[in-house]
Amino acid sequence: MSHSDHHIERNSLAAKVEKEVEVKAQKCYQCGKCSAGCPVAEDMDFPPSMVLRMLQTEIPANDEKILKSHSIWLCVTCEMCLTRCPMEIDIPSMMDYLRQKSRSESKENPKAKNIIAFHKSFLSSIKHTGRLYELGLILDYKRQSLNMTQDMSLGPKMLSRGKLHIFPEKIKDMAHMARIFKKTSK
Amino acid sequence: MKIGIYPGCSLEGSARDYNQSVFALAKAFDIEPVQIPDWNCCGATAAHNLNKELSLALPARILALAEKHGLDEIVVPCAACYSRLMVTQHELKIHPELKNRICEVIEMDYKGTSKVINVIEWIDKYIIPKLEEKVKKPFNYKVACYYGCLLVRPNKVLNYDRVEDPQTMDVVMNKIGATSLDFAFKTECCGAGLSISRTDIVSKLSGKIIEDAEHRGADAIIVACPMCHSNLDMRRADINKYWKTEFKIPVIFVTQAIGLAIGLTPEEVGFKRHFVEVKIS
Ligand code: SF4
Ligand code: SF4
Repeated sequence: MSHSDHHIERNSLAAKVEKEVEVKAQKCYQCGKCSAGCPVAEDMDFPPSMVLRMLQTEIPANDEKILKSHSIWLCVTCEMCLTRCPMEIDIPSMMDYLRQKSRSESKENPKAKNIIAFHKSFLSSIKHTGRLYELGLILDYKRQSLNMTQDMSLGPKMLSRGKLHIFPEKIKDMAHMARIFKKTSK
Repeated sequence: MKIGIYPGCSLEGSARDYNQSVFALAKAFDIEPVQIPDWNCCGATAAHNLNKELSLALPARILALAEKHGLDEIVVPCAACYSRLMVTQHELKIHPELKNRICEVIEMDYKGTSKVINVIEWIDKYIIPKLEEKVKKPFNYKVACYYGCLLVRPNKVLNYDRVEDPQTMDVVMNKIGATSLDFAFKTECCGAGLSISRTDIVSKLSGKIIEDAEHRGADAIIVACPMCHSNLDMRRADINKYWKTEFKIPVIFVTQAIGLAIGLTPEEVGFKRHFVEVKIS
């Protein structure tokens, strides 16, 4: 059977990835270049090429493993895999989709707790000021991740170098920012 | 001459040194950078990780504001912001329906007419032509130019420099008298946005970059991204702890190096704000 007439299960994760981000997992021929160049592959439970292989199987148990994986959260969107993939498979866009899918189905890997907490704190900072308020971000992240002691020495050093604002700098049209957040919240 | 500028959040905070050197350089070359009025955060990694629509709407507001105020060329010194703005422009160009939806979200017209350029392009276009007459003190050092990820990737969208062994920053550095070294980690990732949530990974990845630069005998690592700078400079204590090393090589923004070459003081280009001491002057 050739790739072009491969029948895709309509409900598989691969089909959703294809529909939502136009990434065809079936095109992957497992050369492994993506995993070889991925800076975080060795920290992942499944390196990028394996995520592709699991998608190709269209087996629900594998789809589940992907959405519950640590890998999708460790991906830092460095874009190395896409650059080197001979089939130009847009793995970074696919990872964005998988993260959002994992979250909407409440399947986030517990090991990714801090990474997700950081992203959430970041967005909440922008939501409230329009710009990133780094001190607020750090404090909110500490609260969410319960990592109270981490980076204690960094704050004062940043302050003395003029790298940290004590107060947030708000944009003028905060109402506009609020509407953008509202309209894009699902 | 005037040019639009999108500083982005880090330049106002943790990358004040970068900001200072960009504006000092502009002044020395009679360039007046005009900030996009009421600019917001581009959403960075967090937005595209958690919410695709938001990750396009935030940069779209910035670009729409630039259009509204007639800024048809915008320099974006932060490589991460640069990448987000370029990716948004690209996505909205190839998906007209998505563009309509995003215009609805931001309640603004967006045409995609403002040209976004990165800091090296800005230097090439506005600084290099007048550089020779201004260089007072050649930057006589061996340097490892570190491009990181987002200045060159995704290459199909950015369409800038060679993706595996970029040269633009090396060319600029050689023009001010430096010797740019061959360097294997030019475009390897520093760990990017994991700095706070997974400091261990950032320490590991950034340490490898620094190790290669030191090993090749570089006097400094040259960067053009605030995220790369903060991982290699601000995180140096974590890196040295992770690798049990004593890496001392300074990390300098390309704009700081040019600043020194044209006679600005270390103070004026912001060296005092670094975590790793810069003995170059
Ligand atoms: S580089 Fe592309 S083709 Fe090769 S394994 Fe990765 S996704 Fe598949
Ligand atoms: S974009 Fe993600 S998956 Fe691809 S190489 Fe970078 S970290 Fe790995």
